Amino acid sequence: MDDAKLTKSIPAMPPALPRDEDALHGDKMVINMGPSHPSTHGVLRLVLSLDGEIVKSVQPHIGYLHRGMEKIAETMTYHQFIPYTDRLDYLAPLSNNVAYILAVEKLMDIKVPPRCDVIRLLCCEIARISAHLLWLGTGALDLGAATVFFYTFRERETLYDIIESLTGARLTTSYPRVGGLARDLPDGWTDKVSSFVESFPKALDELDGLLTGNQIWVQRTQGIGVISGADAVAYSLSGPNLRGSGIAYDVRRAQPYLGYENYEFDVPIGEAGDVYDRYLVRLEEMRQSTRILKQALDRLPEGPINIDDPKIVLPQRDTVLQKMEELIQQFMIVTEGFRPPVGEVYHAIEAPKGELGFYIRSEGDKSPHRLYIRSPSFICLQAIEKMSVGGLLSDLIAVIASLDPVMGEVDR
Amino acid sequence: MGAGPYIEPNPPRHLVESLKSSLPGSVLEVTEFRGELTVRVPRERIVEIGRFLKEDAEADCVFLSCVLGMHYLERDYDYEVVYELYSLEKNHRLRLKLRLNEGETVPSVTSIWPGANWPEREAFDLVGIRFQGHPDLRRIIMPEDYEDHPLRKDFDVEGGPTDIDPRGRPASRGYRDVEHA
Repeated sequence: MDDAKLTKSIPAMPPALPRDEDALHGDKMVINMGPSHPSTHGVLRLVLSLDGEIVKSVQPHIGYLHRGMEKIAETMTYHQFIPYTDRLDYLAPLSNNVAYILAVEKLMDIKVPPRCDVIRLLCCEIARISAHLLWLGTGALDLGAATVFFYTFRERETLYDIIESLTGARLTTSYPRVGGLARDLPDGWTDKVSSFVESFPKALDELDGLLTGNQIWVQRTQGIGVISGADAVAYSLSGPNLRGSGIAYDVRRAQPYLGYENYEFDVPIGEAGDVYDRYLVRLEEMRQSTRILKQALDRLPEGPINIDDPKIVLPQRDTVLQKMEELIQQFMIVTEGFRPPVGEVYHAIEAPKGELGFYIRSEGDKSPHRLYIRSPSFICLQAIEKMSVGGLLSDLIAVIASLDPVMGEVDR
Repeated sequence: MGAGPYIEPNPPRHLVESLKSSLPGSVLEVTEFRGELTVRVPRERIVEIGRFLKEDAEADCVFLSCVLGMHYLERDYDYEVVYELYSLEKNHRLRLKLRLNEGETVPSVTSIWPGANWPEREAFDLVGIRFQGHPDLRRIIMPEDYEDHPLRKDFDVEGGPTDIDPRGRPASRGYRDVEHA
């Protein structure tokens, strides 16, 4: 067939649609999504304005889980606030504990023994893997990939066993103390972590194989919820949400605490700043965390876990019951606490969700004058409108999942 | 002893000098504590100072970690607002701080750092600081019809607003007042 005939066989284009916007689009529909909605991961409420299936505006409403933690902190001693930090990002309580403790120790100018540093670092990385596993399982479930959920929860369960045998609790860990830790590692604990470190990369490969090249997954996530690097910085995004847009800011690398500068690990970054890149970043972070765990286990030093300061560290339980001085010491710490100097500090760590910072203003009392929690989830939710307007309603679900907000941390 | 928390070995002291020379009168007080530099600035000039710190190549404070408010009783100022700035390129932190009294407002920095939007709303909601020029200064954590600012120091912790209101406002609302039949 020659070219002329080919051209003829193509039917004429239909007349262009009328340009009048109002004729095409009806009234906008306002939909209330949440606060109880399976894909909002807690109690996030979004008021959406829709044009058909296109999202025209997103108005987040938060505060449904507000417990007044910053106010509570002003009424108690520094030690008493540790259990409250469990309930911030309740998917990574160990990480919050360490973040808070480090801020208090910065205020008090305390350096803990090396063994304590390494155990805390192990805690942080275990928390990161378990938080990322939950994000991956539920995020994939939101987009209809139910299998992934079971794979991730199998691994997560192993980690929760490890956490339970260390702290006595799965969620309310409250493990670190100012100047040390609640207790030393139980027998056989490092073996449990080692066997997890051995087996986990294989499980990660399975997850990788389920999603990364999966056509449905790729189509649901690539080019969705895009935010440029410049915008991500302007909106103060942090953690994987920032790195997905190509900005290599990781607190562990930039301002290393707990000796992170002595560990070998890569900081993965994305390019496109879409849901898919944030997924890739978190997936790779789990691999890197496994690397860090392995190195930390290899170098775990022997020695004390607490500093030698009876004004800060609680005495051993058995001595409290037998000796007068220890009893008084215990009584004083529990009732009076300790009094840091007048001053203010801000200390940030790289929590699974991003830069988790504690600002503490001390007036020299046993409780802080002001304690502010810079929670990465709270800050990142303000970018949700930027990421989802103009997209489809179903893509909004992917965007929320990819931002990985935890409402315990948003509402505080 | 181990590594512990991160303590900046070289706080960006040169920024104080460049602030002093480029914007005379912008530095009221400088304090250094645990490797953290705090610069107290005049309330009215926060936008000008913030923009300089963001755009100056040496300062490069493009990342605003957070904004928070604090309330004080029995001082010659009522509130403090704290800005935690960070430079991704230069890897330094700088804290700006300003003071204000009841009835005064702070210029909003949302035009410089859009990420200041929710933190400023939060400082308004919980502490009661009003930000001038904020695009959407509504309550964010507490319910819309809530009338108090819980992070104020004169707020009663046990049970919220009380009958004894130090600011002389009408006695309390809320569930405590509901008469049970």
